[in-house]
Amino acid sequence: MWVVAEHYKGIIHKVAYQLLAKGRELADILNVSLTLVILGDKFDALLDEFGEYGADKVIYVKSTLLKDYYSDLYVKTLTELISKRKPEIVLIGATPTGRDFAPRVAKRLNAGLTADCTGLDIEKETGNLMQTRPTFGGNIMATIRTPTSRPQLATVRPGIFKAVTCEKKKIKITKLEKEYKEKDSVAKIVKIIGKEKKKINLEEAEIIVAGGRGVGSKEGFKLIKELAEVLGAEMGGSRVTVELNWLEQDRQVGQTGKTVSPSLYIACGISGAIQHLVGMQNSGIIVAINRDVNAPIFNVAHYGIVGDLHEVIPVLIEKVKKAKLEE
Amino acid sequence: MKIFVCIKQVPGISEVKIDPKTNTLIRSGIPSIINPHDKHAIELGLTIKENHGGEVIAISMGPPQAEEALREALSMGVDKSYLLTDRAFAGADTLATSHTLALAIKKLLKDLKKAEPYLVICGTQAIDGDTAQVGPELAEELGIPQITYVLNFELKEDRIIVERVFRAEEVIIIETKLPALISVLKEINNPRKPGIKGIVDAYEKKKVVFWNSEDLKADKAEVGLNGSMTEVWKIFIPVRKGEHIKLTGTIDDMANELVKNLKEDKVI
Repeated sequence: MWVVAEHYKGIIHKVAYQLLAKGRELADILNVSLTLVILGDKFDALLDEFGEYGADKVIYVKSTLLKDYYSDLYVKTLTELISKRKPEIVLIGATPTGRDFAPRVAKRLNAGLTADCTGLDIEKETGNLMQTRPTFGGNIMATIRTPTSRPQLATVRPGIFKAVTCEKKKIKITKLEKEYKEKDSVAKIVKIIGKEKKKINLEEAEIIVAGGRGVGSKEGFKLIKELAEVLGAEMGGSRVTVELNWLEQDRQVGQTGKTVSPSLYIACGISGAIQHLVGMQNSGIIVAINRDVNAPIFNVAHYGIVGDLHEVIPVLIEKVKKAKLEE
Repeated sequence: MKIFVCIKQVPGISEVKIDPKTNTLIRSGIPSIINPHDKHAIELGLTIKENHGGEVIAISMGPPQAEEALREALSMGVDKSYLLTDRAFAGADTLATSHTLALAIKKLLKDLKKAEPYLVICGTQAIDGDTAQVGPELAEELGIPQITYVLNFELKEDRIIVERVFRAEEVIIIETKLPALISVLKEINNPRKPGIKGIVDAYEKKKVVFWNSEDLKADKAEVGLNGSMTEVWKIFIPVRKGEHIKLTGTIDDMANELVKNLKEDKVI
């Protein structure tokens, strides 16, 4: 069982530790060893640490150039390693980097690959990796297996499994030095730049207060805004509120807008059509305020208030203010 | 220059409803649409043609009714379109799909009188499968470089300079030489709406060419279900975590209760 680590500026992406924890569990079921594979530079001093996270072995491909991510060099190095050492299972973080090289590795090896898994298990009788993943925007879960070929490859969504530390043990380190030069890659990294700070950043908001048709008017959004302000939240809305010009396009949540996952999502006067739900149903806690007791939004809400938002929100604002004062 | 755009017809998820009795998606009678990301791929292809010349060719693998998606692409301004359709292609995973698409692109390249640089554009992922794997797998089979999750694109003679998603805080700019494959995100552009003339041309002047496994000289062991390494073992509806609490009482009671709960949940 292998886990491939990803890194940037010398820091290993946390999904590697999460996959070591899950990988350890699966490796114990299969009674196989767990190997952490890392392609990079200047990691020599760090490798022992993987033992504390469950790894038995480390394969370290050392190359100065690989301090950065080169798609084709990752693919070449990994396929060569896998062909030679034949792991049964390879787990990769489902980041933009992992999802870039994993499919190409799979294709070169003619191996099955399952994308963005949120559940992993072992089928007892066959030892097959059972890979569960959301499809249809999370409306359906599918369990996938690769019954006839090896290795079995999976990219796994970050943040699903928890990293665990265990007793420090001696790990076996294999170091392979590569002399890659820039001309060995077909792609050239021009530069890496910080993102412009967007004015409206719904995707990274911790709290979102969103309004729907029930808000009633552009004027009505003042109330939504006021609640958002006392909570330190971003303001969002359903498609219709953008179409009616009550709200800017950048604030639209849903299939044709943004997909968000704040820790708290307060839906006010939103009925909960599926195209809205696919954009927000991964939120931590969902609160729904709606007059219609049959509104589908209540099916996904953790807390529901049946009532007129114009009456409920002003009271809620006072209660939140009071609660904040008490802190 | 040839610009190949790979598109997929998908169920329009905005129309999908959940059957409250069985808690499953109702799929019958759902209109099909061009996968949203793929519309941005078409738009980029058309923009490149407008600025640099070339020919935009849309390719899709799917059942015969996917012709509709290609007609829509033609009405947006795509020059030619090919539908790869055969019972043998059904049940394909991403490996088998990328192989079938690669056969079609190789065939089109072989038929050229003289070699031309080319670009393949895909949407990053489809809204039904969400795998984002077909693009890179296709690039691998064509033996060309790939840049995925593309936010910005620039063509300078035979080189492309592309901005892609990298980390939460950073984007990366990569340069490579054509031929190449890119997979684009929605942020890259706003797809045009077909005009009346475009729609008329799509049905009266332009063609959707149908290719089956014989046309592609496909080995039936390498396409469809036979060519797939992964299999769907089971499908189920996710169970929502946590309980649903309907708050009751006066507005004052409900607001109090909500704030208390949210504080306990540590979200405010």
